[in-house]
Amino acid sequence: MTTVETAIGTARTMVLNMGPQHPSTHGVLRILLELDGETVVKAVPDLGYLHTGIEKSCEDKTYSQVITLTDRMDYLNPLGNNLVYCLAVEKLLGLEVPKRAQYIRVMMVELQRISSHLVWLGTHAIDLGAMSVFLYCFREREEILKIFELFTGQRMMTSYIRIGGLALDPPAGWRQAVERFLKMMPSRVDEYETLLTENRIWIGRTKGVGYISAEDAIAMSMSGPTLRAAGVAYDNRKVFPYSSYEEFNFNVPTRKESDCYARYLVRVAEMRECVKIIRQAFDKIKDEGPIKADAPGIIPPQREKMKTEMEALIYHFKIFTEGFSPPPGETFVTIESPRGELGCFVASDGSPKPLRVHFRSPSYINLQALPKLIEGQLISDVIACIGTIDIVLGEVDR
Amino acid sequence: MTEPASKNANVVAECLRSWNPKAVAEVSEYRGETTIVVPRELLRATAEHCRQDAKLQYNFLTDATCVDRFPAEPRFELNYHLVSIPRREKVRLRVWLSGNDPMVDSLVPVWPGANWLEREIFDLFGIRFSGHPDLRRILLPEDWEGYPLRRDYPVEGYRDVPNTGELFRKSSTP
Repeated sequence: MTTVETAIGTARTMVLNMGPQHPSTHGVLRILLELDGETVVKAVPDLGYLHTGIEKSCEDKTYSQVITLTDRMDYLNPLGNNLVYCLAVEKLLGLEVPKRAQYIRVMMVELQRISSHLVWLGTHAIDLGAMSVFLYCFREREEILKIFELFTGQRMMTSYIRIGGLALDPPAGWRQAVERFLKMMPSRVDEYETLLTENRIWIGRTKGVGYISAEDAIAMSMSGPTLRAAGVAYDNRKVFPYSSYEEFNFNVPTRKESDCYARYLVRVAEMRECVKIIRQAFDKIKDEGPIKADAPGIIPPQREKMKTEMEALIYHFKIFTEGFSPPPGETFVTIESPRGELGCFVASDGSPKPLRVHFRSPSYINLQALPKLIEGQLISDVIACIGTIDIVLGEVDR
Repeated sequence: MTEPASKNANVVAECLRSWNPKAVAEVSEYRGETTIVVPRELLRATAEHCRQDAKLQYNFLTDATCVDRFPAEPRFELNYHLVSIPRREKVRLRVWLSGNDPMVDSLVPVWPGANWLEREIFDLFGIRFSGHPDLRRILLPEDWEGYPLRRDYPVEGYRDVPNTGELFRKSSTP
């Protein structure tokens, strides 16, 4: 950890300690700011307050047990974390997931993206003084969490996506719930826009703040809305499609300005695209069909089969005592999480426990560019810049 | 586990070989992912070439991570995942490092984004990157002892554990 004394201060400047318990850091992030009057000369982020050693814990669990840990990294995007891990293990195993499960995965992950963007928009606006937006955003987020509860029995730590498919079939009445949400959401996004897009205070606080050029953003490995607001249309759903995204019709919103306002516009436009994707997935999901791959020994057998067939009982016993062993090798899979490129690297040595699980967390890598965004800016803009990168500290520290 | 080399693997390997025949020690393909093993001394030059060459254009370093293959030797396997945004291709550069001297050239001069990725590897695996501008621990406290993601570091950490804990330890952790 960096101490205040190690940060350099001269006769003209002073060092200000911001955080770790600062409301705008949305977690526990500490930044040492060297200030010349109100201008930031140097910024040194200090992290690790939420480090829980998830990657080490993964090495001591079977492949299926790791899924519950992935939920807890990026707690605003648990389904996305489940998905990236499951895709990596499925690639290692060479498993083919049924189309119906893939479409349900897409629908759930896109719902998650909207809910994550809503939390971002609400908290970002509250940081910059627009109190009421928060209440509107959380109203819609509640609807999404209700849908998750309906599907998975959990509002946040869902663990719904499993290796080879999904945990459960969609419940009765899911179509009405999703349909109601899809009808409601576009007009609600309009509502947020009427509150903010042409709001003079909002524009004053965000326009021209936190600029980074496209070349710098690529060199700093930034991804997601932050990179797209700099004019680079890099979206994993288009560039390296997974889970049948190539069958969906949607746009990748980009802007050129690369400031906080552009990032806000990109995220709002993304919410609208999400609604389009969910609508298409909704139509593609058939009422009947498998939700798990046909892979005995890897996918737990159905309850009825376990009670009538000896083989199923043996598989069930083996999966839950010993686990399954993928062939030795490594895979690296990336998906587009609400924050950017979320990657999962899994290495197997042929044993039932992974040799190494590593997550390429977009928050961690995007946060790295924070000093570049805020150096030379005013101290009040620091808040806007932290908010606009959209970090989740649980994922930064893992 | 060998698969036939993909088109992209051939392009990358040929391009690197024509630039420097020593740059490619091995090319392998697994589940459609190309891995190029690079000698330790040539890592930075190879990465720079991958970024600048007009045929490769790997301009985006997406991830860098390490795998500890203890007790095998060389035990550390460093993996750099590169993406070419214009070409829509991925490749993995791999470097093997021995446990006695886990040291490699830093890639920060090539991609500034490698900074925190390398700090994380330094913090958790104890691999040193020469030429790194700010090689400090990042996730753990500065006075932390040991490197937790090494395979010979116990999952419970170095502290007194009840005897029952021993039963559940992996055979690879002494």
